[in-house]
Amino acid sequence: MNGFFASRAGIVVSGAVIGVLAALLQVLGNPANMGICVACFSRDTAGAIGLHRFAPCQYIRPELVGFVLGSLLAAWAGREFRSRGGSAPVVRFLLGVFAAIGALVFLGCPWRALLRFAGGDMNSEVGLAGLAIGVWIGVGFLKKGFSLGRSREMPTIAGLLMPAVMLLLLGLLVLRVSFGPDGALFFSENGPGAAHARIRYSLAAGLAVGVLAQRTRFCTMGAIRDVILIRDWHLLSGVVALALAALIVNVCVGRFRLGVANMPIAHSNALWNFLGMALSGLCFCLAGGCPGRQFFLAGEGDGDAAIFCGGLIVGAAIAHNWLLTATPDAIAADGAVLLGGPGMYGKIAVLAGIAFCLLLGFAARPRAGQNA
Amino acid sequence: MEEVEVDARGLSCPEPVILAKKAIDDPETRIVKVAVNTGAGRDNVSRMARSQGCAVEIRPLGAGDFLLTIRKDS
Repeated sequence: MNGFFASRAGIVVSGAVIGVLAALLQVLGNPANMGICVACFSRDTAGAIGLHRFAPCQYIRPELVGFVLGSLLAAWAGREFRSRGGSAPVVRFLLGVFAAIGALVFLGCPWRALLRFAGGDMNSEVGLAGLAIGVWIGVGFLKKGFSLGRSREMPTIAGLLMPAVMLLLLGLLVLRVSFGPDGALFFSENGPGAAHARIRYSLAAGLAVGVLAQRTRFCTMGAIRDVILIRDWHLLSGVVALALAALIVNVCVGRFRLGVANMPIAHSNALWNFLGMALSGLCFCLAGGCPGRQFFLAGEGDGDAAIFCGGLIVGAAIAHNWLLTATPDAIAADGAVLLGGPGMYGKIAVLAGIAFCLLLGFAARPRAGQNA
Repeated sequence: MEEVEVDARGLSCPEPVILAKKAIDDPETRIVKVAVNTGAGRDNVSRMARSQGCAVEIRPLGAGDFLLTIRKDS
């Protein structure tokens, strides 16, 4: 069976299934063009547990729980679960933080960029171009020997902690736990956080995606990286299948709308769409995987990926608390389109993040005479 | 050098592939032995090697590690 998942047919079929599931989640209640968005879902989850207090974006997303647990199940069944960690955790945490900030300036991670494309939002092409440039810069560092160093074996319990945290989050969601009148958990009453499929559908889709992605090594960043680095189109064929499958479902259910301005939860400031995604792409490339892949790796016991996921969640909270996120385009009372985009702090944060990644890229090399 | 060994265990994606490719690209090298510790590393390195026209033999080393023996156009 591993042969199928490692094959071209395997990655294409898996990508298409993920695309269909993501588009169906939108039909079942998730926000528009946001059937799956790892950055947005990290942000919503951060809000639900009170790490930020931006009321429209607070909900524990069962898809993320499914990603980790699905990957855990697939890895366990395939004897690939290995508890490991210890490769530059602080660096990975900060890469997660900046990846979230970049994504929330674009208003989506690479997964959502694909789903925005599938929904007709033409700002997504700008974002995907930024992503490719970010990955291209990262590949340049990798070719010059960039490395965050080796991970090592950890006790099995260490690798099971991230899945355990996910189970805890799921429990809190199902039981709708409230720690007090003004305390967490918080659940949005309107806005994106209030738009969600029923828990069972979200969880089931997340589990399915987790299983498929663990088996196929699906990665939206790796897809671009492998083409640039070694002219390998394997992962990209899966990513293209995802986008096309979601596009077909969107057209069939009447959710495809081509446009630039005032697209769902999106802004049309091309420069910052580009730079936000470029920052994210660079972070994902240096950390070795897109945000989805980091959750899947966390499920198969990779503690370094789990730390990156923690960085994503904290970074998303910081982005809201410090007003770094972009505002979407909106319609004014007189019907005019109000163009959205990031504010001054968001722009500074993106540039600071790019500077951080460039510094890291030049500085993180194995010492002379040491094989990584 | 006829045979080169690359220990890519514990390295994140795509470092095993980069190290293996560097070794394969050396015209002096005939055989590259790559140790990896993840299924993803095993799949990625062997796919890259096959795309370069090499023959790949995969042997489990126990404890989830694999040794890939890559032979250039024999």
